[in-house]
Amino acid sequence: MTEQRTIPAPHIEEETRPFWDGIRDGKLLVKYCRSCEAPHYYPRSICPHCGSDDTYFKESDGRAHIYSFSVFRAAPIPYAIAYVTLAGTDIRMMTNIVNCDFDALEIDQEVKVCFAETEGDGPPVPMFEPAGN
Amino acid sequence: MTIKGKAYIVGAYEHPTRKAVGKSLAQLHAEVAKGALEDAGLTKDDVDGYFCAGDAPGLGGLSMIDYMGLKLRHIDTTETGGSSYVIHVAHAAQAIAEGKCKVALITLAGKPRSSGEATGTKPRNYGIDSPDVAFELPFAPTIVNNYAMCARRHMHEFGTTSEQLAWIKVAASHHAQHNPNAMLQKVVTVDEVVNSPMIADPLHRLDCCVISDGGGALVVVAPEVAAELNRPKVRIMGAGEAPKHQMGGHVDLTYSAGAFSGPAAFAEAGVKPSDIKYASIYDSFTITVLIQLEDLGFCAKGDGGKFVADGNLISGVGKLPFNTDGGGLCNNHPGNRGGMTKVIEAVRQLRGEAHPAVQVANCDLAVAHGTGGSLGTRHAAGTLILERV
Repeated sequence: MTEQRTIPAPHIEEETRPFWDGIRDGKLLVKYCRSCEAPHYYPRSICPHCGSDDTYFKESDGRAHIYSFSVFRAAPIPYAIAYVTLAGTDIRMMTNIVNCDFDALEIDQEVKVCFAETEGDGPPVPMFEPAGN
Repeated sequence: MTIKGKAYIVGAYEHPTRKAVGKSLAQLHAEVAKGALEDAGLTKDDVDGYFCAGDAPGLGGLSMIDYMGLKLRHIDTTETGGSSYVIHVAHAAQAIAEGKCKVALITLAGKPRSSGEATGTKPRNYGIDSPDVAFELPFAPTIVNNYAMCARRHMHEFGTTSEQLAWIKVAASHHAQHNPNAMLQKVVTVDEVVNSPMIADPLHRLDCCVISDGGGALVVVAPEVAAELNRPKVRIMGAGEAPKHQMGGHVDLTYSAGAFSGPAAFAEAGVKPSDIKYASIYDSFTITVLIQLEDLGFCAKGDGGKFVADGNLISGVGKLPFNTDGGGLCNNHPGNRGGMTKVIEAVRQLRGEAHPAVQVANCDLAVAHGTGGSLGTRHAAGTLILERV
């Protein structure tokens, strides 16, 4: 297990509060559009693909694979930043890969969502760990 | 309306400082403005258009024209990070073509080095109103690990290697050895680059640009003004600008906005990449150059690694001399914004005023290209095609 950085609490707007409420309940919610039916990330009230304001949150199963990553070796506490592609979608989100051997990370590796505590009384944030954990 | 042939760069000045202790930011802007105007043979009273970006202090352009005592007909503060100044040249040409001004001044200055800024390695917080902040800042994105993800993906899709990326630094260092103002003047080898400390893998310390204070300025004028001046004339032949972002989650790290700005600039100029004698390419990192070269059409997407290898970017050695001042990788990176110095070195090359050891023979056509923001998230590219008259 790797030592963890201190994670700053995310800033929450009303627009994104359901996402963070979902995280507190252990769910990764993804915003979808009823008009064009496409998911998007990060969540907005108005769909960035088609411009419709008829958007809604839907729970993701939390599975993903790594699109790209980098281990910040020179940081005081090294960490892995990544973009992961959510399973069943074509959308990629920025995250950290944790609970892993940094030297064994690979593009296309299957990962699953986990939740990392943040500073103060902020909600956890969605990170990912190897699917086999 | 095209800007082809409608405006000329007649003044260019790069501040020699790399650590500006004791100078104010406004003072640096004014010093580079004075330098570029003197280079052109003009005075501040000739200036009727002013362009600056987010590095300008206070109220930006308004504070700077107040400080410098400029009387203007036109002002433009387009902010696209490090590419701003490339785009300002295009906007100046547009304003001149539309009769909104005749003598346009563009300035950049910054002091990240003397202020101890961890430019590439500290997560940048753009504030709570930045719509992405909650979904990125907790994961500690920095400039270097963003570009590192671009490099990793490029390696995965196209087989690009760290050794190929290292050739970009090697080429820059060959040029910087002739620049007495350059921060890194020592020639380095591929081995030295790939054996330098890993910062954010796969990018090593020597894959990264320097952090420097300084600045630069340009003077862009109407043809009738250029005709009255004694300096060599550099004509603006074409320009392109384009943004690229995460596209609602459709992130693709293998290409940049240069894929749009480059073709637009070449089309306007009516030339092709193989016509170019010299290229200034923004080099925040080695991978930045490689992706831009592909996007501008100097080689096919994915072939950048082979293109840059074996000294192909070294003046007098390879087919495409680049960043002959040493670039951001070795010379300077004033204000963390590399677009200005890209245009300045292209102007030097077209005037025949580059260092003799790196001057490209018969350099009559050049490209200056910049990106601003982060290739890993959201950015904008600007491309200029410049011709010696």
